[in-house]
Amino acid sequence: MARTVIPFGPQHPVLPEPLHLTLTVEDEIVLEAIPKLGYVHRGLEKLAEIRDHTQMIQIVERVCGICSTLHAMCYCQGIEALMKVEIPPRARFLRVIWAEMHRMHSHLLWLGLFADAFGFESLFMQFWKIRERIMDLQEATSGNRIIVSVNCVGGVKRDIDAAAQQWILDTMKIVEKEVLQLKSTIMDDFTVKRRTVGIGVLSKEKAYEMGAAGPTLRASGIFQDMRQTGYAAYSELNFEPVVETDGDCYARTICRFNEVFQAIGLIREAFAKLPHSELAVKAKGLPNGEVISRVEQPRGECLYYLKGNGTKFLDRVRIRTPTFANIPALLEMLPGCDLADVPVLILTIDPCISCTER
Amino acid sequence: MKDSVIVLTEENTSELSPDRIISQIRTLKDEGFRFVTMSSTDLGESICVLYHLDKDLHLVTQKVEVPKGSKIPSICSIYASAFLIENEIKEHFGVDFDGLSLDFQGMLYLDEEVQKTPFCKIAIKRV
Repeated sequence: MARTVIPFGPQHPVLPEPLHLTLTVEDEIVLEAIPKLGYVHRGLEKLAEIRDHTQMIQIVERVCGICSTLHAMCYCQGIEALMKVEIPPRARFLRVIWAEMHRMHSHLLWLGLFADAFGFESLFMQFWKIRERIMDLQEATSGNRIIVSVNCVGGVKRDIDAAAQQWILDTMKIVEKEVLQLKSTIMDDFTVKRRTVGIGVLSKEKAYEMGAAGPTLRASGIFQDMRQTGYAAYSELNFEPVVETDGDCYARTICRFNEVFQAIGLIREAFAKLPHSELAVKAKGLPNGEVISRVEQPRGECLYYLKGNGTKFLDRVRIRTPTFANIPALLEMLPGCDLADVPVLILTIDPCISCTER
Repeated sequence: MKDSVIVLTEENTSELSPDRIISQIRTLKDEGFRFVTMSSTDLGESICVLYHLDKDLHLVTQKVEVPKGSKIPSICSIYASAFLIENEIKEHFGVDFDGLSLDFQGMLYLDEEVQKTPFCKIAIKRV
């Protein structure tokens, strides 16, 4: 049978953001996929030339709404290293708390989109309803539902008082119970398993070789998570990466599910160990030198390369986001799959195109 | 040693000449390093290209300085995933890569009518 070229995207019901793939198929089996990017490229890295290093925090927060605080944290970590600033202990723990809340809301958002990809609209609404609880917490503690904007060079700008802490802990109990109820609904469902088990397998060797990141990497059996490096307060928390071994769409989903529960545990532990101290220290001087900062975003390892020249403007802000790393791995997964499986497969790498293109 | 924040110094950054890129990157791959990404900066007269590779959460950086508008070997034959960032560097900084597995001809993000490399302080006209 002749080969057919089918355009996937940039507009597609399953894609939250525009991504184009040129799929070459034969008998509805994908042979090749070629990506085309650039639909949401905003040139944010170039803004570093005309925004000083403190203004850049607001820019990097807006690289992506879903992992906003982690972008800011990664950036601030790098600047703090260049300026030799050590942030107070309370700020380290508060960064972890907001980061894990972001991770939860990101994974719940994805789980909703995942359910919607099957046409399971009611489950999509259930997940997003649970997610609203996290958004309320973020709004109450920072003033914003999405771009929480709590990080600054030297620490954090806001505190979480005792009343908010109790509210968060109470909400964690509710979210944990609700997500647990939904887990069996989706993960034990015959149809969901037929659509995900054995689909889009990325072997352990290929995942490592293709430089995959985050749940896409860990679902293939690689025991690696940037939080193991102990940045912020992770060195003082009991943290082990969530790993699955099958490397298929089902494993990637299980990974994200379990990371929601892990995030709840980390938030509880962070609150239990939250020390009393100031929230931020004054960062004196200007950044000079080169630094690489890495954090674990909900989608995986995010790397910032920052170069300062002793002035208030940075020479370079280079951002490598996890979806950028996972796209080559996706192109490795697609060949051999059915055309009907392509939307779900693409969704299981949790693509964030605004992160990818910046 | 696990690194989340690394200040680059002469001690932890290896300088390479363009003709040693392939051999050094291949050596690192054989030692079990995975490809993380590449970064690039405009130094005025030249472009600095950094290769970041990781093993067990330990990041190493290899630095290459090349004249503007020059061509260096692509590492796609070693790390297939490098094609995306090499295309980005080609588009933004004008450094061409010899042996790119998938070449977007400078149109990964930017439209055809964008003729100059936007990240260069003194831009290079794109061929």
